[in-house]
Amino acid sequence: MSDVVERTLSALPGLLGQQDPGAGPGGGPGRVSATSRLGGLIRSITALSSKHEEEKLIQQEQTNLKATVSAPTTTLRLMKECMVRLIYCEMLGYESSFGYIHAIKLAQQGNLLEKRVGYLAVSLFLHENHELLLLLVNTVVKDLQSTNLVEVCMALTVVSQIFPREMIPAVLPLIEDKLQHSKEIIRRKAVQALYKFYLIAPNQVQHIHDKFRKALCDRDVGVMAASLHIYLQMIKKNASGYKDLTESFVSILKQVVGGKLPIDFNYHSVPAPWLQIQLLRILGLLGKDDPRTSELMYDVLDESLRRAEINHNITYGLKALTYVIQQDPNLALQHQMTIIECLDHPDPIIKRETLELLYRITNGQNVTVIVQKMLDYLRQSKEEYTIINLTGKIAELVEKYAPDNEWFIQTMNAVFSVGGDVMHPDIPNNFLRLLAEGFDDEKEDEELRLYAVQSYLSLLEEEDTFYPQKFLQVMSWVLGEYSYLINDGDPEVIITRLHRLLKQTFVTSETKAWIMTAVTKMSSRMSCSKTVDKLIQEFSTSLDTCMRQYAFELKHLCENKELMKNLFPLDASCDEIMVDASLSFLDGFVAEGLSCGAAPYKPHHQRQEEKLSQEKALNFEPYGLSFTSNMSSSGFTGRQSPAGLSLGSDMSGNSAELGQKETNCLKLDGVRKLWGKEGYLPKKENKTGKEDKTQPVPQDSILTAHVVDPPLMQSEQQVVSLSEEEKEKQQLASTLFVGLGSNSTISLMGRADIITQKLKKKSKISETQNSEEASSFQNIATLPFSPLPDTTPNNKENFQGNEHLGLRKISLSSSEVLEASVSFETSQSVTEVGLDEQLSNCRLSTSSLFADSNIEVFQPPQNVPDIVANKAPLSLCLPEELAGHPHSEIVELCSSDILTVYWCKVWTDDCSRLVLFVANNSTSPLKTVNLVFESAEHFKIFESLSCHFPVIEAQSMESCQKCVQLEKVCTEGVLSGSISYHLDTDTHLEFSLTFSLSDFIRPMKMTTEDFGRLWLSFSNDVKQNLKMSPSQGSLSIALNALKQKLKLHIVEIIGNEGIAACRLLPSVPCLLHCRTHARTLALWFRSSCSALPDSLLYQCQKVMEEA
Amino acid sequence: MRSAGRPGPGSVPGQVERGGPDGTGPAGGGGAMMRFMLLFSRQGKLRLQKWYLATSDKEKKKMVRELMQVVLARKPKMCSFLEWRDLKVVYKRYASLYFCCAIEGQDNELITLELIHRYVELLDKYFGSVCELDIIFNFEKAYFILDEFLMGGEIQDTSKKSVLKAIEQADLLQEEDESPRSVLEEMGLA
Repeated sequence: MSDVVERTLSALPGLLGQQDPGAGPGGGPGRVSATSRLGGLIRSITALSSKHEEEKLIQQEQTNLKATVSAPTTTLRLMKECMVRLIYCEMLGYESSFGYIHAIKLAQQGNLLEKRVGYLAVSLFLHENHELLLLLVNTVVKDLQSTNLVEVCMALTVVSQIFPREMIPAVLPLIEDKLQHSKEIIRRKAVQALYKFYLIAPNQVQHIHDKFRKALCDRDVGVMAASLHIYLQMIKKNASGYKDLTESFVSILKQVVGGKLPIDFNYHSVPAPWLQIQLLRILGLLGKDDPRTSELMYDVLDESLRRAEINHNITYGLKALTYVIQQDPNLALQHQMTIIECLDHPDPIIKRETLELLYRITNGQNVTVIVQKMLDYLRQSKEEYTIINLTGKIAELVEKYAPDNEWFIQTMNAVFSVGGDVMHPDIPNNFLRLLAEGFDDEKEDEELRLYAVQSYLSLLEEEDTFYPQKFLQVMSWVLGEYSYLINDGDPEVIITRLHRLLKQTFVTSETKAWIMTAVTKMSSRMSCSKTVDKLIQEFSTSLDTCMRQYAFELKHLCENKELMKNLFPLDASCDEIMVDASLSFLDGFVAEGLSCGAAPYKPHHQRQEEKLSQEKALNFEPYGLSFTSNMSSSGFTGRQSPAGLSLGSDMSGNSAELGQKETNCLKLDGVRKLWGKEGYLPKKENKTGKEDKTQPVPQDSILTAHVVDPPLMQSEQQVVSLSEEEKEKQQLASTLFVGLGSNSTISLMGRADIITQKLKKKSKISETQNSEEASSFQNIATLPFSPLPDTTPNNKENFQGNEHLGLRKISLSSSEVLEASVSFETSQSVTEVGLDEQLSNCRLSTSSLFADSNIEVFQPPQNVPDIVANKAPLSLCLPEELAGHPHSEIVELCSSDILTVYWCKVWTDDCSRLVLFVANNSTSPLKTVNLVFESAEHFKIFESLSCHFPVIEAQSMESCQKCVQLEKVCTEGVLSGSISYHLDTDTHLEFSLTFSLSDFIRPMKMTTEDFGRLWLSFSNDVKQNLKMSPSQGSLSIALNALKQKLKLHIVEIIGNEGIAACRLLPSVPCLLHCRTHARTLALWFRSSCSALPDSLLYQCQKVMEEA
Repeated sequence: MRSAGRPGPGSVPGQVERGGPDGTGPAGGGGAMMRFMLLFSRQGKLRLQKWYLATSDKEKKKMVRELMQVVLARKPKMCSFLEWRDLKVVYKRYASLYFCCAIEGQDNELITLELIHRYVELLDKYFGSVCELDIIFNFEKAYFILDEFLMGGEIQDTSKKSVLKAIEQADLLQEEDESPRSVLEEMGLA
């Protein structure tokens, strides 16, 4: 039949513009009314020649429409016509939001026909989270109750397309009723609507599972088929719950396959193929890992297989082969010639699939040929997704199977120059780590490094060659670390080349930092260098402050070569460095500064707050009290105090912020550079051309080496006469499929599996090492400051220097820089712990000295009572087992003359603890003190609701603790109770305290892979875009704020996307995916609990607002 | 669900728009097998678009433009499936009109191709040997048919007869409704 369609269709374009396109044989109802206004619009648009004219015409049309739809006299019939024209405008890409509300009105007020168009317009204009959709709910409810079947159908159709999730309860009972409707179309649509509800809010339809079973057994095929959608989803979630239905599904499939369905379900003589597939999917899920259930299906599966016509499509075949090969690589041998043909297929999609297949069968012997094929493809592809995907695969293969050093370096060079700045940042990072960590053979390592240095030097020889930033960064790091391996070379030459790069305009400032680091490292190994001097001189006056700073650093370092040598030991990028994270060596300096009258360092947020409060009101105070007198009078001398305090609250914050900035620009830079208005093309072609020029020899030689070798598989082919082309293909086949068959033990390269895996990177990095790296990473920054007290003339600048320290990380650390993205994450967690400790220290002592020092980093703000007088006496302290955990301030809860109750929250890993202190203020012992909580809606208290103290001695205190759990998710809830005691008379005191959701949230550690898996398995999600204030800057800053306030665990940050995970106690996970884009932060929560994402989102909004 | 202590939409700060994952977020949301369906002409004119996953207007435009470019550049003998972004695209050309569906990674291309064909069959039956002009001038009808056939990206009814019956039922009302218009109404704005 398709032929018929094609013939008719191809005959018709010529008719365009004629008055009536003519009725076909069927003469369907509602033929084109080309004379209508819509027809006029369409025809005049078709007649236009330029986009500009079209814009003008549409603009005018929209003005007309706007006037018409908002005029009170417009009839509904006219409105309907306007709506159709609006849909047309939107389809052409012209936004017509002024009409949305009228679409809803039309659906509400119109007669059947108008209503139909109204509903259609609504479903096309709005998306399911659109706020206007709420206005549709009433109309839907009304139509669902209508006696007119068509109206009910329309309402059900729109419900199953878009419906606001929170309004489901309003229509759910009505739709449930429709499951018993006498008309099958209504029943079917009702099932479909429930399926939609199941997808967006599974909990809400839980109670109707029985009714789904009824739908499954419906006498109408359509209703039954619709219910299969729901079953597929439910069985995906929990296969074991539906095993009893296996036989029903089997018998349905039997009937379908046996042709028992009405003939109109056939599709080209195949009985209901869609239904079959749905059933097969369900059976697949039910039978998985369950032989007994599977037993039931074999017959019918056999039957369906026999009846199915096999459809051939080349990609599909390749895909199938790719999956098969994962099971048994030998199978590829049977199809080698087909695969080779696919490699040269004109369709790039097929080529790509072929490469995917080859990637699966790569081994130590065919790696060079396969990688070459992949590189060829890579050089031609322009699409970002393809490049990211392929570079990753190549890098993986190269790392696993590289036969020798030269090939390894050359291939990676190709990857870096083609993959450029779009490839995954792990590729250069892993490459450098591999280079730095090396293998067990010291000599091999050195050869590899030497070869890398030589190859980069020759690449840099040519002037004005463009390389991607990432590649330049790799080069400069390697040159900086390992250029000393060249014995005969003059380091001056290398520095000259690096110097030349610094002056290139295409080099970003981030890359410049890498280059400067390399120069610094190299100059530490030279006595003196003219180029370095020149470079220092040149950049000391640079307008780029970072470059200026590097230049000055280098200058100072050059004056003290001994120190410099210590700072930059040879080949020490993998050595661990001990860290004094508290910067205690600065304490003396700080103390001196303070005693001279300098102001103490204030953390950034505090400065910000002060600035804000200053802006709000005039300050009539002459001058604030000098802090020095305070400090000296309280006599701090211990090394813990000044530096410890200021660092405790700001160091982590600062380093975090700066670290983020770095990682951020690391990623953004590359992307921006490569994707200009003209797209990716020009630069890349340019550079691949160059690339070829610079290194054709080694790659070619390897390739030919393979081809020249006698093809191993040729005998198997048994081809008598071969054309030249075929021969080539055969040879290619033999090189590609070498090592796959059982008879391929003889290696073409002459060295078989010994070389395989040689370059496989050592999995040296364990969790612990990561954190060590992280701490050393921090300390790198602190080291150079101690011997250079002169550079920081006063202490204020010294602390401001923290920021410079952060910047300097990049210039002075070596391998750690590469880990920036990795270790940033861990360094965070390290400081987080530190922060917690410091916090609890502060809290524990609640010492008068720092009592008002505003350290409110950890605790949700609503927990802080603003009455300072309420603060508990110092003697209060937490039970020992809780002392190590973060907790809120201990404050008064209620009191009488005789008794005072204090309380605080302790956030342990597994629960939120409520600690209550009951102090007897009187001079006589108190007997039978009873503390009782009222049972709360949202919370559950363990182990009991009450607490009983038989006696509290005079002037003493008792404490009790309760574990509080959130039973029903809410953002904030009140827990109330009372305490009663008997002294002369019965006294009864009431109290209430607040718990918020964030009290019950804990970080959830996981890997990105785990995250991905979990993400897919959760169905409750909430999305929201938040505006970010300029001060919140980057994603990592925002995420960090969320992390600190809400205790999220940041899983990974990649560019402008980040993922984080937390759990609601005891263990309900919630995942967050966020993305920044032009000052908006798009948050996307998913969880297994339906209410959690909403509430957490609300908390996030609050945090972002406060930040 | 939303009742959990959360203030109404009016008091929620920073609320600009909800939704709009624009395709780059983690994939695999919902259960819909299809992400969107496009009909466009060989000249690159969009004739019909249906989105089964909330997508921002800007992103929609971008995706439509890009995808049209990719598909139109392909030669007639090339494969009907392509991998594009994180999606699989299945397309088929009928005369001057391209029917193009985007599905997710784990979905089946072949069945999607057949689904396109079934939709064309439905259009053909309804319009009586359909042509591009039918769809241009009666695109709302094409949408009605699509909505009866596919719902939320899942196939709703595989029986040709029942889809057309549902459409005709609604159309019958139209016939009754086509009463003569008053002159004023016919003038409309003019």
